[in-house]
Amino acid sequence: MKREVVVTGIGAVTPLGTGARTLYERWRAGVSGIQDGLGACTEFDPTEHLSKKEARRADRFTQFAMVASDEALREAGWADELPYDAGRIGCIIGTGIGGIGTLEHGKQTLLEKGPKAVSPLAVPLMMGNAGAAGVAMRHRLRGHSYSILSACAAGAHSIGAATRMIQTGDADAVVAGGSEAALTPLSKAAFAALDALSDTGISRPFDAQRDGFVMGEGAGVLVLEDADRARERGATVLARIAGYGASSDAYHLTAPEKDGGGAIEAMKRALEDAGFGPQDVVYVNAHGTSTPLNDRAETIAIKHVLGSGVPVSSLKSSIGHLLGAAGAVEAVATILAMRDRVAPPTLNYEHPEEGLDLDYVPNEARTLDSNGAPAVALSNAFGFGGHNAVLCLEAL
Amino acid sequence: MATTISPEAVEKTVYDALPQFGVEESDISRDATFEQLDVDSLDLAELSQIIEDEYGVQLKGDDVGKIKTVGDAIDLVVNRAG
Repeated sequence: MKREVVVTGIGAVTPLGTGARTLYERWRAGVSGIQDGLGACTEFDPTEHLSKKEARRADRFTQFAMVASDEALREAGWADELPYDAGRIGCIIGTGIGGIGTLEHGKQTLLEKGPKAVSPLAVPLMMGNAGAAGVAMRHRLRGHSYSILSACAAGAHSIGAATRMIQTGDADAVVAGGSEAALTPLSKAAFAALDALSDTGISRPFDAQRDGFVMGEGAGVLVLEDADRARERGATVLARIAGYGASSDAYHLTAPEKDGGGAIEAMKRALEDAGFGPQDVVYVNAHGTSTPLNDRAETIAIKHVLGSGVPVSSLKSSIGHLLGAAGAVEAVATILAMRDRVAPPTLNYEHPEEGLDLDYVPNEARTLDSNGAPAVALSNAFGFGGHNAVLCLEAL
Repeated sequence: MATTISPEAVEKTVYDALPQFGVEESDISRDATFEQLDVDSLDLAELSQIIEDEYGVQLKGDDVGKIKTVGDAIDLVVNRAG
Protein backbone atom coordinates (compact mmCIF):
# COMPACT_ATOMS: atom_id res chain seq x y z
CA MET A 1 0.00 0.00 0.00
CA LYS A 2 1.20 3.48 -0.88
CA ARG A 3 2.36 5.77 1.87
CA GLU A 4 -0.13 8.57 2.46
CA VAL A 5 1.20 12.10 1.93
CA VAL A 6 -0.13 15.11 3.81
CA VAL A 7 0.47 18.84 3.77
CA THR A 8 1.49 20.33 7.11
CA GLY A 9 2.63 23.80 6.07
CA ILE A 10 2.07 26.25 3.23
CA GLY A 11 3.63 29.53 2.23
CA ALA A 12 3.26 32.01 -0.60
CA VAL A 13 4.61 35.24 -2.00
CA THR A 14 2.25 36.61 -4.63
CA PRO A 15 1.01 39.85 -6.20
CA LEU A 16 -1.68 39.85 -3.47
CA GLY A 17 1.02 40.11 -0.77
CA THR A 18 3.24 37.88 1.32
CA GLY A 19 1.51 34.96 2.99
CA ALA A 20 -0.68 32.02 2.02
CA ARG A 21 -3.74 33.35 3.90
CA THR A 22 -3.28 36.79 2.41
CA LEU A 23 -3.38 35.20 -1.02
CA TYR A 24 -6.46 33.12 -0.39
CA GLU A 25 -8.47 35.68 1.58
CA ARG A 26 -7.86 38.49 -0.90
CA TRP A 27 -8.67 36.27 -3.87
CA ARG A 28 -11.85 35.05 -2.15
CA ALA A 29 -12.83 38.69 -1.56
CA GLY A 30 -12.33 39.48 -5.24
CA VAL A 31 -9.19 41.60 -4.86
CA SER A 32 -6.94 41.89 -7.90
CA GLY A 33 -3.16 41.90 -7.59
CA ILE A 34 -2.76 43.05 -11.19
CA GLN A 35 -1.69 46.63 -11.85
CA ASP A 36 -0.91 48.11 -15.25
CA GLY A 37 -1.15 44.70 -16.84
CA LEU A 38 1.34 42.97 -14.54
CA GLY A 39 1.03 40.80 -11.45
CA ALA A 40 4.10 42.09 -9.61
CA CYS A 41 4.95 41.45 -5.96
CA THR A 42 5.21 45.17 -5.32
CA GLU A 43 5.15 44.85 -1.53
CA PHE A 44 7.96 42.30 -1.42
CA ASP A 45 11.16 43.60 0.20
CA PRO A 46 13.80 40.86 0.44
CA THR A 47 15.69 42.64 3.21
CA GLU A 48 12.68 42.28 5.50
CA HIS A 49 13.22 38.53 5.43
CA LEU A 50 16.81 37.86 4.37
CA SER A 51 20.22 39.10 5.44
CA LYS A 52 22.13 41.33 3.05
CA LYS A 53 24.37 38.41 2.15
CA GLU A 54 21.45 36.01 1.60
CA ALA A 55 19.60 38.55 -0.53
CA ARG A 56 22.55 39.31 -2.82
CA ARG A 57 23.32 35.61 -3.20
CA ALA A 58 19.82 34.95 -4.55
CA ASP A 59 18.00 35.95 -7.71
CA ARG A 60 14.53 37.33 -7.07
CA PHE A 61 12.96 33.95 -7.88
CA THR A 62 15.09 32.29 -5.21
CA GLN A 63 14.26 35.05 -2.73
CA PHE A 64 10.55 34.37 -3.28
CA ALA A 65 11.07 30.64 -2.72
CA MET A 66 13.08 31.18 0.46
CA VAL A 67 10.49 33.51 1.98
CA ALA A 68 7.59 31.23 1.05
CA SER A 69 9.49 28.27 2.51
CA ASP A 70 10.03 30.13 5.80
CA GLU A 71 6.27 30.53 6.16
CA ALA A 72 5.57 26.90 5.26
CA LEU A 73 8.15 25.53 7.68
CA ARG A 74 6.92 27.81 10.48
CA GLU A 75 3.39 26.52 10.02
CA ALA A 76 4.60 22.92 9.98
CA GLY A 77 6.31 23.56 13.30
CA TRP A 78 9.76 23.12 11.81
CA ALA A 79 11.08 26.60 12.50
CA ASP A 80 13.29 25.66 15.44
CA GLU A 81 14.22 22.10 14.59
CA LEU A 82 13.68 19.64 11.76
CA PRO A 83 11.44 16.80 12.94
CA TYR A 84 13.28 14.12 10.94
CA ASP A 85 16.83 13.23 10.01
CA ALA A 86 17.83 15.99 7.57
CA GLY A 87 18.94 13.35 5.07
CA ARG A 88 15.35 12.09 4.93
CA ILE A 89 13.96 15.51 3.95
CA GLY A 90 13.92 16.40 0.26
CA CYS A 91 13.54 19.71 -1.53
CA ILE A 92 12.07 20.29 -4.99
CA ILE A 93 11.48 23.84 -6.21
CA GLY A 94 10.29 24.13 -9.80
CA THR A 95 10.58 27.10 -12.09
CA GLY A 96 9.71 27.95 -15.65
CA ILE A 97 12.68 30.11 -16.49
CA GLY A 98 14.94 30.49 -13.42
CA GLY A 99 17.05 33.58 -12.81
CA ILE A 100 16.36 35.43 -16.00
CA GLY A 101 16.74 38.82 -14.28
CA THR A 102 20.31 37.87 -13.39
CA LEU A 103 20.91 36.58 -16.91
CA GLU A 104 19.72 39.82 -18.50
CA HIS A 105 21.75 41.94 -16.10
CA GLY A 106 24.86 39.83 -16.80
CA LYS A 107 24.40 40.15 -20.55
CA GLN A 108 24.05 43.91 -20.20
CA THR A 109 27.29 44.06 -18.20
CA LEU A 110 29.05 41.89 -20.79
CA LEU A 111 28.01 44.20 -23.62
CA GLU A 112 28.74 47.44 -21.80
CA LYS A 113 31.88 46.60 -19.81
CA GLY A 114 33.31 43.43 -21.30
CA PRO A 115 33.71 39.85 -20.07
CA LYS A 116 35.94 40.68 -17.10
CA ALA A 117 33.16 42.68 -15.50
CA VAL A 118 30.64 39.83 -15.45
CA SER A 119 29.86 38.89 -11.85
CA PRO A 120 31.08 35.54 -10.49
CA LEU A 121 27.62 35.31 -8.93
CA ALA A 122 25.90 35.27 -12.34
CA VAL A 123 25.82 31.49 -12.82
CA PRO A 124 24.88 30.49 -9.25
CA LEU A 125 22.08 33.05 -9.28
CA MET A 126 20.64 32.37 -12.73
CA MET A 127 20.74 28.56 -12.68
CA GLY A 128 17.29 27.04 -12.65
CA ASN A 129 18.05 24.91 -9.59
CA ALA A 130 19.04 27.95 -7.49
CA GLY A 131 15.61 28.00 -5.83
CA ALA A 132 15.97 24.43 -4.60
CA ALA A 133 19.56 25.09 -3.54
CA GLY A 134 18.58 28.23 -1.66
CA VAL A 135 15.70 26.60 0.20
CA ALA A 136 17.72 23.44 1.01
CA MET A 137 20.65 25.48 2.36
CA ARG A 138 18.41 27.83 4.31
CA HIS A 139 16.77 24.98 6.22
CA ARG A 140 19.63 22.46 6.04
CA LEU A 141 17.56 19.91 4.12
CA ARG A 142 19.98 17.17 3.09
CA GLY A 143 17.84 14.66 1.21
CA HIS A 144 17.11 14.49 -2.54
CA SER A 145 17.09 18.02 -3.90
CA TYR A 146 16.64 19.41 -7.40
CA SER A 147 14.45 21.56 -9.59
CA ILE A 148 11.86 20.67 -12.15
CA LEU A 149 11.61 22.80 -15.28
CA SER A 150 8.37 22.19 -17.10
CA ALA A 151 7.29 25.73 -17.87
CA CYS A 152 3.92 26.55 -16.34
CA ALA A 153 3.46 23.04 -14.95
CA ALA A 154 6.69 23.12 -12.90
CA GLY A 155 5.07 23.98 -9.56
CA ALA A 156 2.52 21.18 -9.82
CA HIS A 157 5.10 18.71 -11.13
CA SER A 158 7.31 19.52 -8.13
CA ILE A 159 4.53 18.74 -5.68
CA GLY A 160 3.72 15.56 -7.62
CA ALA A 161 7.35 14.43 -7.68
CA ALA A 162 7.68 15.23 -3.98
CA THR A 163 4.62 13.10 -3.28
CA ARG A 164 6.17 10.20 -5.18
CA MET A 165 9.48 10.70 -3.35
CA ILE A 166 7.70 10.14 -0.05
CA GLN A 167 5.57 7.29 -1.38
CA THR A 168 8.60 5.39 -2.66
CA GLY A 169 10.35 5.82 0.66
CA ASP A 170 13.17 8.04 -0.61
CA ALA A 171 12.15 10.70 1.89
CA ASP A 172 9.94 11.11 4.95
CA ALA A 173 9.18 14.72 4.08
CA VAL A 174 9.78 17.11 1.20
CA VAL A 175 9.68 20.89 0.96
CA ALA A 176 8.21 21.42 -2.50
CA GLY A 177 6.87 24.20 -4.65
CA GLY A 178 7.53 26.57 -7.50
CA SER A 179 8.94 30.02 -7.99
CA GLU A 180 9.19 32.59 -10.78
CA ALA A 181 10.45 36.13 -11.21
CA ALA A 182 10.33 36.79 -14.92
CA LEU A 183 8.84 40.27 -15.17
CA THR A 184 11.95 41.30 -17.07
CA PRO A 185 12.33 43.15 -20.37
CA LEU A 186 13.44 40.09 -22.33
CA SER A 187 10.80 37.68 -21.12
CA LYS A 188 8.03 40.27 -21.42
CA ALA A 189 9.10 41.01 -25.00
CA ALA A 190 9.42 37.31 -25.79
CA PHE A 191 5.97 36.36 -24.50
CA ALA A 192 4.54 39.39 -26.30
CA ALA A 193 6.21 38.26 -29.53
CA LEU A 194 4.42 34.91 -29.12
CA ASP A 195 1.15 36.84 -28.95
CA ALA A 196 0.53 35.10 -25.63
CA LEU A 197 0.01 38.23 -23.52
CA SER A 198 -3.17 40.22 -23.03
CA ASP A 199 -3.15 43.52 -24.94
CA THR A 200 -5.75 44.90 -22.58
CA GLY A 201 -3.77 43.85 -19.50
CA ILE A 202 -6.84 42.16 -18.07
CA SER A 203 -6.86 38.53 -16.99
CA ARG A 204 -10.36 37.21 -17.73
CA PRO A 205 -10.21 33.43 -17.96
CA PHE A 206 -13.03 31.73 -19.88
CA ASP A 207 -14.59 35.09 -20.87
CA ALA A 208 -15.40 35.61 -24.55
CA GLN A 209 -13.23 38.77 -24.58
CA ARG A 210 -10.12 37.11 -23.12
CA ASP A 211 -7.08 38.10 -25.12
CA GLY A 212 -4.08 36.41 -23.53
CA PHE A 213 -2.49 36.01 -20.14
CA VAL A 214 -1.14 38.61 -17.74
CA MET A 215 2.37 37.86 -16.45
CA GLY A 216 2.82 37.51 -12.72
CA GLU A 217 5.58 36.58 -10.29
CA GLY A 218 5.87 34.87 -6.91
CA ALA A 219 6.31 31.53 -5.20
CA GLY A 220 4.34 28.84 -3.43
CA VAL A 221 5.92 26.27 -1.11
CA LEU A 222 4.40 23.34 0.76
CA VAL A 223 5.71 21.03 3.45
CA LEU A 224 4.72 17.47 2.57
CA GLU A 225 5.13 14.63 5.03
CA ASP A 226 4.50 10.94 5.30
CA ALA A 227 1.11 10.95 7.03
CA ASP A 228 2.00 8.36 9.68
CA ARG A 229 5.12 10.22 10.73
CA ALA A 230 3.27 13.55 10.73
CA ARG A 231 0.59 12.10 12.99
CA GLU A 232 3.19 10.52 15.27
CA ARG A 233 4.75 13.90 15.91
CA GLY A 234 1.34 15.49 16.45
CA ALA A 235 1.47 17.76 13.40
CA THR A 236 -1.61 19.65 12.23
CA VAL A 237 -2.62 18.27 8.85
CA LEU A 238 -3.94 20.88 6.40
CA ALA A 239 -4.75 18.55 3.53
CA ARG A 240 -3.86 15.33 1.80
CA ILE A 241 -2.20 14.95 -1.59
CA ALA A 242 -4.76 12.34 -2.59
CA GLY A 243 -3.54 11.89 -6.14
CA TYR A 244 -1.23 13.07 -8.87
CA GLY A 245 -1.43 12.64 -12.62
CA ALA A 246 0.83 13.82 -15.41
CA SER A 247 0.97 13.50 -19.16
CA SER A 248 2.46 15.00 -22.28
CA ASP A 249 0.53 16.29 -25.28
CA ALA A 250 3.51 15.44 -27.53
CA TYR A 251 1.78 17.73 -29.95
CA HIS A 252 3.06 21.34 -30.10
CA LEU A 253 5.64 23.56 -28.40
CA THR A 254 3.12 26.13 -27.25
CA ALA A 255 -0.45 25.19 -28.21
CA PRO A 256 -2.54 22.72 -26.23
CA GLU A 257 -4.26 19.89 -28.03
CA LYS A 258 -7.56 21.30 -29.24
CA ASP A 259 -9.57 18.37 -27.89
CA GLY A 260 -7.85 18.62 -24.51
CA GLY A 261 -6.37 15.14 -24.93
CA GLY A 262 -3.26 15.49 -22.78
CA ALA A 263 -5.12 17.42 -20.10
CA ILE A 264 -7.81 14.74 -20.00
CA GLU A 265 -5.19 12.03 -19.46
CA ALA A 266 -3.53 13.94 -16.63
CA MET A 267 -6.85 14.64 -14.88
CA LYS A 268 -7.95 11.01 -15.21
CA ARG A 269 -4.63 9.76 -13.87
CA ALA A 270 -4.85 12.09 -10.86
CA LEU A 271 -8.33 10.79 -10.08
CA GLU A 272 -7.30 7.17 -10.57
CA ASP A 273 -4.25 7.69 -8.38
CA ALA A 274 -6.52 9.07 -5.67
CA GLY A 275 -9.05 6.28 -6.05
CA PHE A 276 -11.82 8.82 -6.58
CA GLY A 277 -14.50 9.11 -9.23
CA PRO A 278 -15.73 12.26 -10.98
CA GLN A 279 -18.60 12.55 -8.49
CA ASP A 280 -16.16 13.02 -5.61
CA VAL A 281 -14.69 16.27 -6.98
CA VAL A 282 -16.36 19.40 -5.57
CA TYR A 283 -14.12 22.02 -7.18
CA VAL A 284 -11.56 22.48 -9.96
CA ASN A 285 -8.81 25.05 -9.71
CA ALA A 286 -8.34 25.57 -13.43
CA HIS A 287 -5.11 26.35 -15.21
CA GLY A 288 -7.37 29.04 -16.74
CA THR A 289 -4.76 31.28 -18.33
CA SER A 290 -7.11 33.69 -20.14
CA THR A 291 -5.67 32.66 -23.49
CA PRO A 292 -8.16 31.75 -26.24
CA LEU A 293 -6.67 28.27 -26.76
CA ASN A 294 -6.08 27.09 -23.19
CA ASP A 295 -9.45 28.04 -21.79
CA ARG A 296 -11.31 26.32 -24.61
CA ALA A 297 -9.22 23.12 -24.52
CA GLU A 298 -9.35 23.01 -20.71
CA THR A 299 -13.12 23.44 -20.72
CA ILE A 300 -13.41 20.48 -23.09
CA ALA A 301 -11.12 18.43 -20.86
CA ILE A 302 -12.95 19.23 -17.62
CA LYS A 303 -16.29 18.49 -19.23
CA HIS A 304 -14.98 15.18 -20.54
CA VAL A 305 -13.60 14.02 -17.20
CA LEU A 306 -16.01 15.56 -14.68
CA GLY A 307 -19.10 16.72 -16.58
CA SER A 308 -20.52 20.24 -16.55
CA GLY A 309 -21.71 20.62 -12.98
CA VAL A 310 -18.53 21.14 -10.99
CA PRO A 311 -17.53 24.70 -10.01
CA VAL A 312 -14.33 25.79 -11.80
CA SER A 313 -12.36 28.96 -11.17
CA SER A 314 -9.01 30.48 -12.00
CA LEU A 315 -6.68 32.22 -9.55
CA LYS A 316 -4.96 33.76 -12.57
CA SER A 317 -7.93 36.14 -12.84
CA SER A 318 -6.65 37.77 -9.64
CA ILE A 319 -2.84 37.53 -9.81
CA GLY A 320 -2.01 36.72 -13.43
CA HIS A 321 0.05 33.79 -14.61
CA LEU A 322 2.95 32.97 -12.30
CA LEU A 323 4.43 30.53 -14.85
CA GLY A 324 6.57 27.96 -12.99
CA ALA A 325 5.16 29.11 -9.65
CA ALA A 326 1.53 28.91 -10.77
CA GLY A 327 0.89 25.25 -9.98
CA ALA A 328 2.31 25.58 -6.46
CA VAL A 329 0.60 28.88 -5.62
CA GLU A 330 -2.68 27.49 -6.93
CA ALA A 331 -2.29 24.34 -4.84
CA VAL A 332 -1.74 26.52 -1.76
CA ALA A 333 -4.89 28.56 -2.48
CA THR A 334 -6.92 25.45 -3.32
CA ILE A 335 -5.99 23.80 -0.02
CA LEU A 336 -7.23 26.81 1.95
CA ALA A 337 -10.37 27.06 -0.17
CA MET A 338 -11.18 23.40 0.39
CA ARG A 339 -10.63 23.73 4.14
CA ASP A 340 -13.16 26.58 4.08
CA ARG A 341 -15.48 24.78 1.65
CA VAL A 342 -15.39 27.81 -0.62
CA ALA A 343 -14.98 28.15 -4.37
CA PRO A 344 -13.14 31.44 -4.89
CA PRO A 345 -14.22 33.44 -7.93
CA THR A 346 -13.07 33.86 -11.51
CA LEU A 347 -12.73 37.64 -11.65
CA ASN A 348 -13.52 39.77 -14.72
CA TYR A 349 -15.89 37.14 -16.10
CA GLU A 350 -18.69 38.94 -17.97
CA HIS A 351 -19.23 37.56 -21.45
CA PRO A 352 -19.99 33.88 -21.98
CA GLU A 353 -18.57 32.25 -25.10
CA GLU A 354 -20.36 29.55 -27.00
CA GLY A 355 -19.06 26.16 -25.91
CA LEU A 356 -17.42 27.56 -22.77
CA ASP A 357 -20.34 26.71 -20.57
CA LEU A 358 -18.95 25.41 -17.29
CA ASP A 359 -19.78 26.92 -13.92
CA TYR A 360 -16.85 29.37 -13.72
CA VAL A 361 -17.90 30.89 -10.36
CA PRO A 362 -18.03 34.37 -11.87
CA ASN A 363 -16.85 37.30 -9.76
CA GLU A 364 -18.12 36.15 -6.36
CA ALA A 365 -16.94 33.38 -4.10
CA ARG A 366 -19.41 30.62 -3.37
CA THR A 367 -19.88 28.28 -0.45
CA LEU A 368 -19.51 24.65 -1.41
CA ASP A 369 -21.43 21.75 -0.01
CA SER A 370 -19.42 18.58 0.32
CA ASN A 371 -22.23 16.95 2.31
CA GLY A 372 -20.03 16.51 5.33
CA ALA A 373 -17.50 14.50 3.33
CA PRO A 374 -13.87 15.62 2.85
CA ALA A 375 -13.63 18.29 0.14
CA VAL A 376 -11.82 16.99 -2.93
CA ALA A 377 -10.45 19.31 -5.61
CA LEU A 378 -8.38 19.02 -8.74
CA SER A 379 -5.72 21.65 -9.44
CA ASN A 380 -4.65 21.78 -13.08
CA ALA A 381 -1.35 22.99 -14.47
CA PHE A 382 -0.39 22.83 -18.14
CA GLY A 383 2.90 24.07 -19.55
CA PHE A 384 4.46 25.08 -22.85
CA GLY A 385 5.95 21.95 -24.33
CA GLY A 386 2.69 20.12 -23.69
CA HIS A 387 3.52 19.18 -20.09
CA ASN A 388 0.44 18.52 -17.97
CA ALA A 389 0.36 18.01 -14.20
CA VAL A 390 -2.78 17.63 -12.09
CA LEU A 391 -3.01 17.38 -8.32
CA CYS A 392 -5.93 15.87 -6.46
CA LEU A 393 -6.13 17.65 -3.10
CA GLU A 394 -8.34 16.63 -0.23
CA ALA A 395 -9.18 18.70 2.84
CA LEU A 396 -10.73 16.88 5.76
CA MET B 1 45.79 51.27 -14.08
CA ALA B 2 47.65 53.05 -11.27
CA THR B 3 51.44 53.22 -11.56
CA THR B 4 52.07 53.30 -7.82
CA ILE B 5 49.91 51.49 -5.36
CA SER B 6 49.92 52.50 -1.74
CA PRO B 7 48.90 50.10 1.02
CA GLU B 8 46.45 52.77 2.15
CA ALA B 9 44.75 52.86 -1.24
CA VAL B 10 44.40 49.06 -1.38
CA GLU B 11 43.17 49.01 2.19
CA LYS B 12 40.50 51.54 1.32
CA THR B 13 39.43 49.48 -1.71
CA VAL B 14 39.14 46.31 0.37
CA TYR B 15 37.43 48.06 3.29
CA ASP B 16 34.92 49.63 0.89
CA ALA B 17 34.26 46.34 -0.92
CA LEU B 18 33.62 44.04 2.04
CA PRO B 19 30.43 45.75 3.32
CA GLN B 20 28.92 45.23 -0.15
CA PHE B 21 29.16 41.49 0.58
CA GLY B 22 27.27 41.90 3.85
CA VAL B 23 30.25 42.30 6.22
CA GLU B 24 29.71 44.69 9.15
CA GLU B 25 32.05 47.67 8.76
CA SER B 26 32.87 47.62 12.46
CA ASP B 27 34.18 44.04 12.17
CA ILE B 28 36.74 44.86 9.49
CA SER B 29 40.40 45.12 10.47
CA ARG B 30 43.72 43.98 9.03
CA ASP B 31 43.83 41.11 11.51
CA ALA B 32 40.30 39.88 10.92
CA THR B 33 40.22 36.55 9.10
CA PHE B 34 37.91 36.07 6.15
CA GLU B 35 36.45 33.10 7.98
CA GLN B 36 35.53 35.33 10.94
CA LEU B 37 33.95 37.82 8.55
CA ASP B 38 32.01 35.03 6.77
CA VAL B 39 33.75 35.95 3.53
CA ASP B 40 33.83 32.82 1.38
CA SER B 41 35.20 31.81 -2.01
CA LEU B 42 32.41 33.56 -3.92
CA ASP B 43 33.04 36.81 -2.04
CA LEU B 44 36.77 36.52 -2.73
CA ALA B 45 36.04 36.00 -6.42
CA GLU B 46 34.11 39.27 -6.37
CA LEU B 47 36.85 41.01 -4.40
CA SER B 48 39.45 39.76 -6.89
CA GLN B 49 37.42 41.23 -9.71
CA ILE B 50 37.25 44.64 -7.99
CA ILE B 51 41.00 44.60 -7.33
CA GLU B 52 41.87 43.59 -10.86
CA ASP B 53 39.61 46.30 -12.23
CA GLU B 54 41.21 48.93 -10.02
CA TYR B 55 44.88 47.88 -9.92
CA GLY B 56 45.32 45.41 -12.76
CA VAL B 57 46.48 42.80 -10.28
CA GLN B 58 45.09 39.32 -10.72
CA LEU B 59 44.37 37.12 -7.71
CA LYS B 60 43.86 33.54 -8.77
CA GLY B 61 42.92 30.31 -7.09
CA ASP B 62 46.31 29.63 -5.48
CA ASP B 63 46.49 33.16 -4.09
CA VAL B 64 43.07 32.94 -2.56
CA GLY B 65 44.14 29.79 -0.72
CA LYS B 66 47.06 31.63 0.86
CA ILE B 67 45.32 34.69 2.19
CA LYS B 68 43.65 34.23 5.53
CA THR B 69 43.25 37.77 6.80
CA VAL B 70 42.24 41.12 5.38
CA GLY B 71 45.85 42.23 5.86
CA ASP B 72 47.12 39.23 3.85
CA ALA B 73 44.97 40.29 0.92
CA ILE B 74 46.11 43.89 1.06
CA ASP B 75 49.81 42.93 1.32
CA LEU B 76 49.54 40.46 -1.55
CA VAL B 77 48.03 43.07 -3.85
CA VAL B 78 50.61 45.70 -2.89
CA ASN B 79 53.53 43.25 -3.35
CA ARG B 80 52.18 41.92 -6.62
CA ALA B 81 51.78 45.42 -7.98
CA GLY B 82 55.23 46.45 -6.79
